Amino acid sequence: MDSAEQFCQIDQSLKYNVNHFNDFSRGFKLGIPIALGYFPVSFTFGLMAVNGGIPVWLAIFISFSNLTSAGQFAGTSLIIVNASLFEIGLTTFIINIRYMLMSLSLSQKIVPKMSFLQRCTIAFGITDETFAVASLEEKEITFSFMSGLIVGPFLGWVLGTAVGAVACSILPEQVQSAMGIALYAMFIALVVPSAKKSKAALMVVLSGILISSLLKWLPYINQISDGFRIIAATIAASTVGAIFFPKEED
Amino acid sequence: MSYAFTAVILMAIVTYIPRVLPIAVFKRKLQSRFIRSFLFYVPFAVLGAMTFPDILYSTSHIYSAIAGLTIALILAYFEKGLMTVAISSILLVYLWELFILAV
Repeated sequence: MDSAEQFCQIDQSLKYNVNHFNDFSRGFKLGIPIALGYFPVSFTFGLMAVNGGIPVWLAIFISFSNLTSAGQFAGTSLIIVNASLFEIGLTTFIINIRYMLMSLSLSQKIVPKMSFLQRCTIAFGITDETFAVASLEEKEITFSFMSGLIVGPFLGWVLGTAVGAVACSILPEQVQSAMGIALYAMFIALVVPSAKKSKAALMVVLSGILISSLLKWLPYINQISDGFRIIAATIAASTVGAIFFPKEED
Repeated sequence: MSYAFTAVILMAIVTYIPRVLPIAVFKRKLQSRFIRSFLFYVPFAVLGAMTFPDILYSTSHIYSAIAGLTIALILAYFEKGLMTVAISSILLVYLWELFILAV
């Protein structure tokens, strides 16, 4: 191999590395606002989990291993009320079914040559927010870009949980009792802006509320557990949405 | 393994599966409009179903819960952030239980 050829190879690999670094840092920058937004939410999660009797290390481990909001909130609430493992698994799964849609949509957008292992890695970091940012990309999504995008929000989520979990043990008892409402207040903050903008979203939310309330309060039916009530109401209300407000082709 | 730790591992697995399956396996687009619509509405449905009526039982007293629910709805309607809505709601419940229910 002569020196010109060698130089050419070094030049090629350098370009390759620079491209990867650029993709990663562009992804990382886009992830910073997401990370900042996650911090207070996971802070509240840490508070709520420890408040409900979950040990600090386990609260942090939940955020580390789940990296999701609604799913881990619901799962943790069910752990706190000692629900069965089957209910916990099924409820969490039903809530996270929406990730299939996002993962599917991303599968059409990533560079086709991405390896199986790389696909499995970025799949862990698919959240509502990282998905929204990634799907707005004009170019095909590379592994470097996606891992850059994920790393900030992941750290924000885990750190926020840790700070919230530790803060909980310092707070007075009456404050801790008032914090029972925090989780639900956050759900309201998540859903109301969407329901305001879309009639379909509003109808689905109201259906979910109506069905959930009926299952909770109607005699005989109210025997079912909280976990199954939420699963049944979710499936029924999403079906209402799919029947009456089918999505346009994208 | 303790109950809580087992539950968390289970949660992690059922959270990862829907994320990884399509991107690792699928190369084509879902054809069913119904299924795509259904999946689109799942987050709205589950948030509604989880929040109500459970929010009414989330504090020491139903009236403080209703107060917290009301302020959360108002602030969320004006699109305040998650943290603002959560903290205002906690604060109102705390003050309600401290002053109004105590009297």
